[in-house]
Amino acid sequence: MSRISEAQVRAEVREWLAANWDPDLSLVGWRCRLADSGWGMPQWPREWYGRGLPHTLARVVEEELANVGAVGVAKSGVRLLAAATLLEHGSDPQKKKFLRRILTGEDTWCQFFSEPGSGSDLAGATTRADLKGDFWIINGQKVWTTSAHHADHGLLLARTDWDAPKHEGLSYFVIDVKQPGVDVQPLKQMNGHASFNQVFFTDAKVPQENLVGRVGEGWKVAMTTLAHERRGADGLASPSKRGARVGRIHAEERAETEKANQPYTWYPQRAGRVDLILERAKETGANQDRYIRQEIAKLLILAKSAEWTARRARAAQQQGRPQGPEGSLGKLAASHVARGCSSVHTLITGTEAMLTGKGSARDGIIAEILVSVPAVSIAGGTDEIQRNIIAERVLGLPKEPRFDTGPFRNVRKN
Amino acid sequence: MSATPEVKPEPARRIRFAFTDEQEQFRSAVRRFLEDKSPTTEVRRLMATAEGYDPEVWRLLSGDLALPGIHIPEQYGGAGFGMVELGIVMEEFGRALLCAPFFSTAVLAANAILNAGTDAQKSQLLPDLARGARLGTLAVTELPGEWDPNRITVIATPDGDGYRLDGTKSYVVDGHIADLLVVAARQPGSAGRTGLALFALTGKTSGVERAPLPSMDPTRKLARIDLRGARAELLGTLEAGAAPLVRTLDRAAIALANEMVGGAQTLLDSAVKYSKLRVQFGREIGSFQAIKHKLADLLLEVELAKSAAYYAAQAAAVDDPEWPALASLAKAATSETYLHTAAECIQIHGGIGFTWDNDTHLWFKRAKSSEVFLGHPSYHRELLMQRWGV
Repeated sequence: MSRISEAQVRAEVREWLAANWDPDLSLVGWRCRLADSGWGMPQWPREWYGRGLPHTLARVVEEELANVGAVGVAKSGVRLLAAATLLEHGSDPQKKKFLRRILTGEDTWCQFFSEPGSGSDLAGATTRADLKGDFWIINGQKVWTTSAHHADHGLLLARTDWDAPKHEGLSYFVIDVKQPGVDVQPLKQMNGHASFNQVFFTDAKVPQENLVGRVGEGWKVAMTTLAHERRGADGLASPSKRGARVGRIHAEERAETEKANQPYTWYPQRAGRVDLILERAKETGANQDRYIRQEIAKLLILAKSAEWTARRARAAQQQGRPQGPEGSLGKLAASHVARGCSSVHTLITGTEAMLTGKGSARDGIIAEILVSVPAVSIAGGTDEIQRNIIAERVLGLPKEPRFDTGPFRNVRKN
Repeated sequence: MSATPEVKPEPARRIRFAFTDEQEQFRSAVRRFLEDKSPTTEVRRLMATAEGYDPEVWRLLSGDLALPGIHIPEQYGGAGFGMVELGIVMEEFGRALLCAPFFSTAVLAANAILNAGTDAQKSQLLPDLARGARLGTLAVTELPGEWDPNRITVIATPDGDGYRLDGTKSYVVDGHIADLLVVAARQPGSAGRTGLALFALTGKTSGVERAPLPSMDPTRKLARIDLRGARAELLGTLEAGAAPLVRTLDRAAIALANEMVGGAQTLLDSAVKYSKLRVQFGREIGSFQAIKHKLADLLLEVELAKSAAYYAAQAAAVDDPEWPALASLAKAATSETYLHTAAECIQIHGGIGFTWDNDTHLWFKRAKSSEVFLGHPSYHRELLMQRWGV
């Protein structure tokens, strides 16, 4: 393949935008053009809505789109995890059927991995898939599914072989969420929000051609999805930058973003809102208290050190050095920061921390911090699992003895 | 990076988050030197001596490696690097627990002269320190052991073209061997931040009486210095006031913070190594989550502390306006981490960790002395809040 220069890419994408970008198109209409041209996901292969460009040049394309205010392909939610998984493991008919409608935003996706009985131990899933004729019949329950009530398709991890060892009896499917056997219920959290769903499968059907990868290889496929999830972290969908733009397409995009971000309104509070600490200390006079000053300093030292640790990891990566231990520590550090924030916000707020809602401190934001922070050390891998990973993979400590080997049928379960 | 660089470092005036390849090579060179010259057997031998260091090792690290002058400008006989390189040296020394008068001579005395001295004084005093020909130290704190310059009571009375110093300094690092003493003192009748200045004199001046203190950390020796009309030279001008002293203490805090993260890393490595070897209940103790989680938490703590120490050094190197606040931040962060890592290292070793023969207590004691030297973490947290304008 011939090397293409940044200048060439810029020239090509500019020319294409000049001929095609039109803010009065419908959002889907525009994204169809974008997907078919390959400029929407330039790092994807040419045969699948991309242009085979390296990531550095893909960023150049993104810049050019932003320069003219053009909207990009749909990227929010589980969409791109689904796309990345299908690109790597999907069959050609699957790619043909799903990828384009992912990019145009016509289809919304969700992820059916966690179960009430398998949280940290994701591979212990007991939702079952049994082949009957041309269909896999699904029975079981999934939980912590974001936006299942909007979703058209779900990425489903289910057990197809109970006699194989735990990780080898799983298969990976794309399931149509809008069918009678799939019952989506909201899951209300301790902070009052219901950002997730629990989903019950009763003889739900998946056509054979929706098996992704081979039977028994579901864990391997799921690892691809999880790797992309970790890379993307908690990124909230952001509307195209440079202020509010007018035109049909921008209005449609704003509505899409709002819907995608709806489950996440409390996420900033979940992280502890370290940005509010000094403001709150000043406005309440708690900054005069010698003890509270010490606690604030401890927290801010921790938060700053965590921020610099993340930047050290990034800098090492940019220099092409092997990642040091600092790269695996971010999530655990974030938990410590969030918990520290919760306790210092309580110190600063004092007795008023017993109240909640609009009439309470900072229009209820402080209360929301206090009841949201416990999620940080659980979501996306508990602190305990993180510590195991750090201890085994970074420090090289020996693994724990296992009790879940042999046929999964015989393994102790919830 | 060679010890006598042709090119000036730190051309970029921004805070970096990664060491350069040259800095990493420099670190490796220092580390190799220490692996050879400062194994724990040597640490144990030297800590039991009155002087507390090996003059031959000092000569080598001052000669070829030119370490005492690493941060001293070339015009004053140094290597012309800055706080980042000084931090690297300190981190490696902390890692190996090198017994040498480096902190006193290079960090405390040399920085005090750099910050306070006139050009003539720097030209006169620094070259000897830079090439390790003369040992120096800085005497700030007094019998009550307070680090706030406002508490200084040693009086400098004008006398002819010099001054006479009266009073007592204590907790002076290497005060028993240092030949060049830099003393923080105040004008008669002054109080608080006013009237403070730094003075230089040799340890042999009449009216100087030095007594070694029984330091708990035998690898960093302390002395008390009684001054009775000892003649001294004012460094710089009286107008500069307390600023050069404060700047020196802040730079020292950053250097010490980097030394502490080096020590903490040694302790963590030792605890990890032991937990892979030690078998109880038929398993390596490192396979128990109780130990794994403790070690994972320690790794996080040590990496966070490194980030604080490195960032403060980088900020000081480019004179970022926030660097004095960051000095306090780094001192508070690394002191707590070092001591906690030492305590947990002993805990993971179990009974053997509490014995004299096990090396952990050597670092534990350095962690303890570093915790309070230049001010306890709580003192620096308060200073940090004030420096942040809270």
